[in-house]
Amino acid sequence: MESGERTDGPALVLAGLRRDFDERPALDGVDLTLCRGESLVVLGPNGAGKTTLLRILATLLRPSGGEVRVLGAQLPGEAWKARGRIGFLGHEPLLYRDLSGRENLRFHAQLHGLRGEAAEARIERLLTTIGMERRAEQRVAELSAGMRQRLAICRCVLHEPELLLLDEPDSNLDAEGRELARELIGPGESRARVLVTHDPERALPDADQVLRLGAGGRVAVA
Amino acid sequence: MTRPRVTPSRLAFAAILGKDLRAELRTLQSLPAMALFAVTTFVIFRFGLDRTSLSGSLAAGVLWVTVLFAAILGINRLFVSEREEGGFDAIRLAPIDRSALFAAKVSALLVYLLVLELVVVPVFAVFFLDSAAALAPLALVLVLADLGLAATGTLISSMAVNSRARDLLAPLVLLPLVVPLSIAATGAIEPLLAVGGPGYHRFGTWLATLGLYDLIFLLVGYAVFDFLLED
Repeated sequence: MESGERTDGPALVLAGLRRDFDERPALDGVDLTLCRGESLVVLGPNGAGKTTLLRILATLLRPSGGEVRVLGAQLPGEAWKARGRIGFLGHEPLLYRDLSGRENLRFHAQLHGLRGEAAEARIERLLTTIGMERRAEQRVAELSAGMRQRLAICRCVLHEPELLLLDEPDSNLDAEGRELARELIGPGESRARVLVTHDPERALPDADQVLRLGAGGRVAVA
Repeated sequence: MTRPRVTPSRLAFAAILGKDLRAELRTLQSLPAMALFAVTTFVIFRFGLDRTSLSGSLAAGVLWVTVLFAAILGINRLFVSEREEGGFDAIRLAPIDRSALFAAKVSALLVYLLVLELVVVPVFAVFFLDSAAALAPLALVLVLADLGLAATGTLISSMAVNSRARDLLAPLVLLPLVVPLSIAATGAIEPLLAVGGPGYHRFGTWLATLGLYDLIFLLVGYAVFDFLLED
């Protein structure tokens, strides 16, 4: 993996972001700037475009219009510059059911250029932090939804991303799991976070900015 | 912020291929079905044709068509784990050249086809051939044909996997595309399985045709695969 010197600038810059599915707008006119070390909480009813917003920021969906700059990279043209510096935790854990938790993390580590003892040490540390070290050899298919979510959180931060995109990260987690997960995906000085949630009471105390999306992906309050 | 990170393609290729082969070894979802299909087809041909020995174009056709249809079972399943378990997103999020995914899937399918043939070609020989003299040159033809089939199959499977009709779409699109490959493969196999022992009439021409087909579809896959993974 290549890495180099730091450059300054906000983690996210959105100006008039729009995304349509066929004729139907899913996001319409989203503007925001998020600095490094800040947390943005995205709220809104079902179908407001929260997940669409995260997938655009993760470079998984192309914007239909507007300007999107992620970690200095203009999307979609420069998406390759941002990939590998983003940690994405979506509705799906992105884990292969027939591999064990540790095998899945090794696979993702390799995809991100981590290997050898450094990768093994990082995987072990994450598994211990999230309380999964004793279940790491079990196939993912045999794990509960909460344990899969814990592994997915490890996968999300495995490569020490600069930007975390978190879609309902507490889903399926018990109280202990939520506390352990906070250590890995909670606020941090070195990274920006975008957190989609239906639980504002837990998320708002950590928020530096709040984005409320309404029907049709229009910004209700920013 | 830091400069972009890029994972070397060989590392990404090894990771994806290793994951696919490990999952197949653990679950045996593709290979046993492919082998069972091929052996059953040979039994049907043996009794359907009411022949204990085949030669020439008929032998070449029976062998190639059986391998081709068995391969479709593997091709249909090639990207299922990526679609159902989020592997496409994981790979699109990683700082890798997506052609590493194409190369790894072609290699995985090639391994499946070679293992399939290690099992079913001896069965074919026992059922239909009088001598095993043609097996060595036959292996060369099959390796070249498998490479083309793996490249085309991977390309089509990646396009079909997100369609609800993927089980139909893959064979319907794939079969016309592999007509040139099938002509060259059976053209090369036919003299090898001729009565009286293997012959090599136009053998080099057919091998060159197979090689050209492989090259074209590997290059096409390399060129377009990145676009196929976009939303």
